[in-house]
Amino acid sequence: MARFVVRRLLAMIAVLFAISVVTFAIFNVIPNSDPAQRLAGRNQTPGQLEAIRRQWGFDQPVYVQYFRTMEKILTGDVVSYSNQIDVDREILQDIPRTFSLAIGAAIMWMSFAVAIGLYTAVKAGRLADRVLTVLALVGISMPVFWVGALMNYYLGFKWKIFPNGGYVPLTQDPLDWAYHLILPWTALSLLFIGVYSRVLRSNVLDTINDDYVRTARAKGLSERRVMLRHVLRNSLIPIVTLWGLDFAAVIGGGAILTETVFDLQGVGQYAAESVSQLDIPPVLTIVMFAAFFVVALNTIVDILYAALDPRIRLT
Amino acid sequence: MTTGPILEVRDLAVSFATDEGVVQAVDGVSFDLRAGEVLAVVGESGCGKSVTAMTLLGLTRSPNARFAGTAHYGQTELIGASEEELRSVRGAEIAMVFQGAMAALNPVQRIGKQIAEQIQAHEDVSDADARDRSIALLERVGIPRARDRIDAYPFEFSGGMRQRVMIALALSCDPKVLIADEPTTALHVTIQAQILERFRELREQTNAALILVTHDLGVVAEIADRVAVMYAGRIVEHGTLDEIFYDPRHPYTWGLLGSIARVDKPRPARLPTIAGLPPSLAHRPTGCHLRPRCPHEFADCVKVPPLEARGPGAGDHTDRCWLPPESKVELREVAPGEIGLRPKEAVPATSTGGPGDA
Repeated sequence: MARFVVRRLLAMIAVLFAISVVTFAIFNVIPNSDPAQRLAGRNQTPGQLEAIRRQWGFDQPVYVQYFRTMEKILTGDVVSYSNQIDVDREILQDIPRTFSLAIGAAIMWMSFAVAIGLYTAVKAGRLADRVLTVLALVGISMPVFWVGALMNYYLGFKWKIFPNGGYVPLTQDPLDWAYHLILPWTALSLLFIGVYSRVLRSNVLDTINDDYVRTARAKGLSERRVMLRHVLRNSLIPIVTLWGLDFAAVIGGGAILTETVFDLQGVGQYAAESVSQLDIPPVLTIVMFAAFFVVALNTIVDILYAALDPRIRLT
Repeated sequence: MTTGPILEVRDLAVSFATDEGVVQAVDGVSFDLRAGEVLAVVGESGCGKSVTAMTLLGLTRSPNARFAGTAHYGQTELIGASEEELRSVRGAEIAMVFQGAMAALNPVQRIGKQIAEQIQAHEDVSDADARDRSIALLERVGIPRARDRIDAYPFEFSGGMRQRVMIALALSCDPKVLIADEPTTALHVTIQAQILERFRELREQTNAALILVTHDLGVVAEIADRVAVMYAGRIVEHGTLDEIFYDPRHPYTWGLLGSIARVDKPRPARLPTIAGLPPSLAHRPTGCHLRPRCPHEFADCVKVPPLEARGPGAGDHTDRCWLPPESKVELREVAPGEIGLRPKEAVPATSTGGPGDA
């Protein structure tokens, strides 16, 4: 177990290094991405540009620039090129919002997916299964910016059932926090509920024919116990991987669209704004932050995996 | 007063609607089972023996399956019973040992938990008591250091140990009937012998009846009291162990007996087999199903022979073969004192006509 975690930590460093190099390289070959232009502002003179280049080190070779930027990111001194605001402070401000969205949505999509996946598998081929299958496909097919916008317009703006976007900190008012997040949670979850419930349905249908499920029935267990203890438990194992990865992706800025539509001012939205301004420091920092969560959650998922399935040994 | 049968199966039929037509997996199977008795159901793969066993506990769970006939367990009718009724019978009254213990135990649940779960499904006992009973059961089936091994997972056990866990599981509520579906298949012979020993002990200790589904005649000879030979969904011969082994009346039984590898005889160049393949259960030949493979086929074989006692002195020994009983002793002899089914080519075809799609 300790060896496993150490190995994963080493792998994480490698992944973060590779990702940062690639990201940095991409921004250096994008046309019109000269950061000096951005820093100098609109009313610039060639002299100013030159001074900025020297001051910020843009006249140095690319690898020197890379290491200096990385050094700043790791020590927390990195500032945005477009507005010179401290990137770490900005991200720290956005994190509670993104976490609120991601954790709530992850719980929501997993619960609904398990319920729907199990139900459709039990009713496979019947009307309920077919209706829910169509709904799942609808859920998968609806882009979040469209659903989110519709929700916002009708439920938020027109009928005023829910607030029209915005975020209230959990510490300030937990009820209001949840109230503001219900629409974003739902919008973000729809796609995942669709995908997960379909995956779970087929897992359950596979498991249900396994010999040990027949044994469980032959033992005289109630159908409920057979389904929950024997079928669901074994069917959930593959879903857990998906869950960990998607959750990490959402935290690492994967909920850009949801955050933007509902104006949550989260990490994803910050990333989107930074990319549109070709602002390397925040983008690089967020990419590192996202990669960190993906690797970390992957490790947690693997540990969880071993707990769910004792046959798996962590090495 | 003699004890009546504890399980009475009459005209059990199971069919499945498939794309290829109706597959008649079990066709008019009847038998009685008395307490303390071991009934072996033998036949080739796909002859319907497992489906018969499964159906008795309502475990044939295909939406395309159709059932007919009855199976009385005491006052309970098992065929078509509600899940509720079946649940109280399963595990508690009639328990099942499945083939392939590799896959028949839940891979992610501890052994002890799997046994305790069954006990607690039928009896109101505390977790601690269920655990103690599970340990005792594991000891009873010969798992060494049961107290330590109870928290192991199935993958930490060998095949033989898993099969013993399956048996412990089946015994956990002292069932009156044990159905064992190929319990020793894929097990080493020494393990096989141990498993059979457990069954024997169980029967002495609790007077439970055992239905042993197998294709292994060696196992049958070891433990069975009575034998039902199945072919293509029907019982073709039914009698005591001695009747089946020493006075078999159906050519299919002859073939089965003839194809056993014997250690007490010189080894033949090739082990005798029954020519041809068992029919597809969707397209069974009319009349006697063995007809296309049987060297002794004649005109009467196009009619379905009923399962009945044939010839003088048959008693409870029943079979489904039209051949005159007095001629069978001669026909079944492939070598002096040796029972077997002659190759079909060696016999002049008396009647190849008649309907049938073979």
